[in-house]
Amino acid sequence: MSFVYSIFVDPFVQMIGAPDLLVQTLWEGLVGGVLYALIALGFVLIFKASGVFNFAQGIMMVFAALTLVGLHEKGVPAFLALALTILVMFALALAVERVILRPLVNQPDIILFMATFGLTYVLIGLGELVFGGNPKNMITSELLLPSGSLDFKTLGGLVSLQKIDIAAAIIASLMVAVLALFFQKTRIGRALRAVADDHQAALSVGISLDQIWVIVWFTAGLVALATGIMWGARSNVSFALEIIALKALPVLILGGLTSVPGAIVGGLIIGIGEKLGEFYWGPLVGGGIESWLAYFIALAVLLFRPQGLFGEKIIERI
Amino acid sequence: MTNLKASLLALAATTALTAFAFPAQAEDSVFVPLFTYRTGPFAGSGIFIADGMHDYLTMLNERDGGIGGVKIAVEECETGYDTKKGLECYEAVKPKNPVMVNPWSTGITLPLIPRAAVDKIPILSMAYGLSASAQGDTFPWIFNPPDTYWDGFSQILKFIGGQEGGLDKLKGKKIGYIYLDAGFGREPLPLIEQLAKDYGFEAKLYPVAAAEMQNQSAQWLNVRRDRPDYMVMYGWGAMQPTAIKEAVKTNYPMDKFISIWWPSEDDARGAGDGAKGFKMLNWHGSTPDFPVIKDVQKYVVDAGKSQSPKEKVGTTLYNRGVYNSMLIAEAIRTAQQVTGKKVVTGEDVRRGLEDLNIDAARLKALGMEGFTGPIKLSCSDHNGHRPTFVQQWDGTKYVKVSDWIEPLSDKVQPLLQADAKAYAEKNAPWPARTEACDARS
Repeated sequence: MSFVYSIFVDPFVQMIGAPDLLVQTLWEGLVGGVLYALIALGFVLIFKASGVFNFAQGIMMVFAALTLVGLHEKGVPAFLALALTILVMFALALAVERVILRPLVNQPDIILFMATFGLTYVLIGLGELVFGGNPKNMITSELLLPSGSLDFKTLGGLVSLQKIDIAAAIIASLMVAVLALFFQKTRIGRALRAVADDHQAALSVGISLDQIWVIVWFTAGLVALATGIMWGARSNVSFALEIIALKALPVLILGGLTSVPGAIVGGLIIGIGEKLGEFYWGPLVGGGIESWLAYFIALAVLLFRPQGLFGEKIIERI
Repeated sequence: MTNLKASLLALAATTALTAFAFPAQAEDSVFVPLFTYRTGPFAGSGIFIADGMHDYLTMLNERDGGIGGVKIAVEECETGYDTKKGLECYEAVKPKNPVMVNPWSTGITLPLIPRAAVDKIPILSMAYGLSASAQGDTFPWIFNPPDTYWDGFSQILKFIGGQEGGLDKLKGKKIGYIYLDAGFGREPLPLIEQLAKDYGFEAKLYPVAAAEMQNQSAQWLNVRRDRPDYMVMYGWGAMQPTAIKEAVKTNYPMDKFISIWWPSEDDARGAGDGAKGFKMLNWHGSTPDFPVIKDVQKYVVDAGKSQSPKEKVGTTLYNRGVYNSMLIAEAIRTAQQVTGKKVVTGEDVRRGLEDLNIDAARLKALGMEGFTGPIKLSCSDHNGHRPTFVQQWDGTKYVKVSDWIEPLSDKVQPLLQADAKAYAEKNAPWPARTEACDARS
């Protein structure tokens, strides 16, 4: 009986008893969720445009952040380093289109998926070769990103919001809004959606598949850079960040591989769900449930909606 | 004739290629493989240690021509702190007759423990690995000087007791334990449970999965709710800088946050001014101001034979690597003395480790006077259980802030013995020790 109480009653009693901690937990989950959503967005963009599940999205985040910090370490001013990193991500998108996508066009999906595995190892090796494997601190203040916290004595306690987390939430939201506008309102965005719907039809009306792939991979690179800066500021820039990117997998399962709103909503559900789970229910089983809880939530959703919350329902004639 | 010529050419080419691919160890050298990780999530800790280990052995080759006139053949194998890769490294180096193996991972050490006696390769897991392997009677091939993780926790507890006015004052206190949820971090849990009972404190556990090393906000929210009087960390790699940053973010009093001996200067520096006051255990110098480090700089770093940036030479984890290689070298030297052979084997070096006796005079001769304390191992004690001290981050460097702290041997030793016995029973039939014990140990 006490076990049932500790699962179904006590956590909610705690939430009511210490609302400041509940708000703090929700905030931490929200920030984490926004960043998961950004990572997932990178996966979704590429999957929609080229049908490739880009396993290298995580390492692209590390590579982008590492390039930025590494260039700064070598004496390049922060904003010039940022501009150069954007150029590097563009060059990467070009290289991916020329070296991987174009030669492998019309190959089965699994071949393209495996090619992104190869890309992962190339980027790991290149990053380590050029910038070394040791972790680096994000150049937060040089990029004029805020530091410190805003503390609110409220709800019978303290709610502390890190300024960098607030910046992360704002920047991520802005990026999502800009991307949504870009894809809805611009000619290139419409072309991308056409490619996502039907490659053959898009080609028949004169849309350049090669150009679209470069744009999409470049956009995913920019998203990776923004995510890398934010995660890097929260901890540091190291190859361990790649593991964090795997958190996008349950987000994608939940939100659907082809849905931008799905990536955002999925990210928030996973981010907030795992923090609430770890904080209120984790201690019941000795803690450390965060790493599998995200998958548990995603699988629970799959039971009822196999296509994810926002994924396309595929109906095939047998 | 043409066929014969072609065959001879092919034979010559094959021989040449084989010789190139598998260089035989020169007869006047001993083979010391170093399992390192310069890549992956744990590279932040691994790179400094790898550089320190490699550079010290290179320095011996350059300055002294090796050990006792025998060159040291050093070879790194990249494990990425991955147990599977570590075992592949072990299989790769085994045919080359290594005189010992340094796994540099508790996860890699654990599966090697039963193999060591079979393959006749001693394992040096310096201040990591299975704490109970300090019991030489049960684990004749495993060595983990100068302290076990259990010693380390007891030393931290003793330090906390000192801050509170005595170990009896721990009754009713809350001590948080944040740890990497892997073999290494879980290793001291039985001891913590026992000491919590003995001293009446409440242990609050905060496991951090490897996948969440850089995402610890939930653990630190728990810390904020539980309000432990002290926090103890057993972290590694990216877990450490993130934990220190989260502690700062949570406004946890940093002078009550004490780590086992693994954080580097960079781990604390990343958290900015808020990290001032953070504490950790150590047993050696964290500066380049020792003759041994000067020699490394002169013969290796300045000569362009090191992978380490110059400013990292002499830092905490770099010096840890130097200490590790000093143990390797002294074990080989002792083995040479014990056996009278120049080119020693793994079996000889196992004896050398059991006979290891690095006293103050020897430390001075090694250029390590004031760098660390003496250590003596024996057939039954493969650890030494040496005292450590607490050093504190002042914003730019670690500063020693305590005297030498002995482990709580009266508590730890019986538990280590019991754990060694339990290990042998669990892994029955665990072979009884048949290795002879040299008179001098």
